[in-house]
Amino acid sequence: MTEIQLKDVSNKYILKKINLTISSKELFIVLGPSGAGKTTLLKTIAGLVSYEGSIFFDGEPIDHLPPEERKVGYVPQDFTLFPHMTVEQNIAYGLRVCKASSRIHSRVEELLDIFGLRSLRNRYPKDLSGGERQRVAIARALAIQPRVLLLDEPLSNLDPATSKYVKRWLQSVIKELGITTLWVTHDISEVEELGDRVGILYNGILEQVGKLKEILSSPKTDNVINLLGLQNVFECEVVKVDGGFIEVEFQGVRLLTLYDGEEAEVRKILIRPQDIVISREPVKMFNVFEGVLEEISEKISYAHLKLRINDVVFISELPLEVYRLMNLRVGEKVFITIRPRAVRII
Amino acid sequence: MSSKKSIDRLSWLTPLILLLSSWELIARLNIFPEYLFPSFTKTLLSGYILARDGILLINLLASFTRVIVGFLIGTFMGISLGILMGYKESVYKALHPIFSLLMPIPALGWLPLLILWIGVNEALPVLLVFICSFFPVLYNTVSGIRSIDRGYLDMARSLGVSSRKAFFDIVIPLALPSVFTGLRLEAGMAWRTIVAAEMIAIPVGIGALMITSQYLIRVDVIMVCLGVLALMTLSSEKLLIWLENKIVKWR
Repeated sequence: MTEIQLKDVSNKYILKKINLTISSKELFIVLGPSGAGKTTLLKTIAGLVSYEGSIFFDGEPIDHLPPEERKVGYVPQDFTLFPHMTVEQNIAYGLRVCKASSRIHSRVEELLDIFGLRSLRNRYPKDLSGGERQRVAIARALAIQPRVLLLDEPLSNLDPATSKYVKRWLQSVIKELGITTLWVTHDISEVEELGDRVGILYNGILEQVGKLKEILSSPKTDNVINLLGLQNVFECEVVKVDGGFIEVEFQGVRLLTLYDGEEAEVRKILIRPQDIVISREPVKMFNVFEGVLEEISEKISYAHLKLRINDVVFISELPLEVYRLMNLRVGEKVFITIRPRAVRII
Repeated sequence: MSSKKSIDRLSWLTPLILLLSSWELIARLNIFPEYLFPSFTKTLLSGYILARDGILLINLLASFTRVIVGFLIGTFMGISLGILMGYKESVYKALHPIFSLLMPIPALGWLPLLILWIGVNEALPVLLVFICSFFPVLYNTVSGIRSIDRGYLDMARSLGVSSRKAFFDIVIPLALPSVFTGLRLEAGMAWRTIVAAEMIAIPVGIGALMITSQYLIRVDVIMVCLGVLALMTLSSEKLLIWLENKIVKWR
């Protein structure tokens, strides 16, 4: 299977100096808002838009290859099924160009089976549901035995119930086939438990690449913070550096945090809502504050709380059972504990 | 259910029967002189006599041949040039301004010029039908091809298909509905044009028979010709719709 490498890939539309290596058999996710350049990135790899820089498949440059010679399985967001061809003809179309007719037949039969399309083989795209169309589009892309698979928002045209099922199914198909896959999406909930690694694309710039957990706990730029919907991000000043600790201050709140001396400067910190702990009695620890509980809203599995310390508003998320056990009320005074380890320097 | 369906299918007959019986009734009331407003049955009888004596057939065949020949040549050239203009941007850019100027001219507008250039002979009506066929089908072929989403071509290329092959496999079939719209337009136009041309300049044909009947004050014959024209135009359009449904099954 194929390793994809992008070196300083830019184009006049949006992409700016993208550098990225996707390992062989990896399922790599690109997350970005609409207009970030996600589709352009896929089209660039497929050779459908012009670009500068270089793209390598297994170390070999492919920049000189036209789209028809790149062997890329591209599944666009709207699936782009050929409306005048039946399901079977759609799947067989790419094969007809490069294979003997006997092999086309067996390959198409195999794909119709894998994707559960046997009973729909003579239907035209207009007579298919969204989920069925998607299966045809993916089967068609895989028919030519591509070196890499490019999926453009594969779940966006499906209803929520189907999309959840399709996500698992697609994940298992990709794993089984062991094909290097680039999956782009704007939906962060899609990313969880899905890919090996995630790249955050914003305005044509690949802002951060890593495992989702790593990115969530230490986002590198404002765009990543905004895109991931991260809360409790504060600009701060350093008050004191002492051994492994650093004390920062923002709007009258002083916080101790761990400091390993790696960060050149500390300007911003992030505290994840689930790391803010509430109690009725003061706890003997660092970073304990008295505050007011200003707002409560119950979500499916947690309670979303708005807390105020001096003039600073913090967002906390408590597991629903804990919240109910504590019997919290709006307006009451509480003690808020933020462990130094939970304060992340960004 | 099936009897209801067949009643629905025949529902167009009622207004037609009403129209024909009113025609018959008004004519029989003798409000207008018979030579100006013959009854339906009288017209039907004239139609029978014209058909029996072969007069109708000779004239209809003459018109029909002109329509078919002009239509086929016009369609063939319109589609061919349309495909070329749709495929090659440079050809489109070169020819589009010229055709934009020529297309709005009604086909009959060319008649005086063509009479002077080629004279009154069989080529004249055929050429007129050609002109009125060529432009609509050309226009609809070009606009059909140009309106196809580029995404289809991109998709085909990513599947390993060359853009030339994809043009013929994908773009042209997808442009067919638009081409058929042009064909339907031109089929109606061809009959309208041929009748007008025959009335003005050509001695044989349905239009010529009508104008002769006008001189002889044979309103019944004119009515028969109008009926035949209605049937021919309608059936050409129906034939094209049938053909389109046969070919464009995927829509």
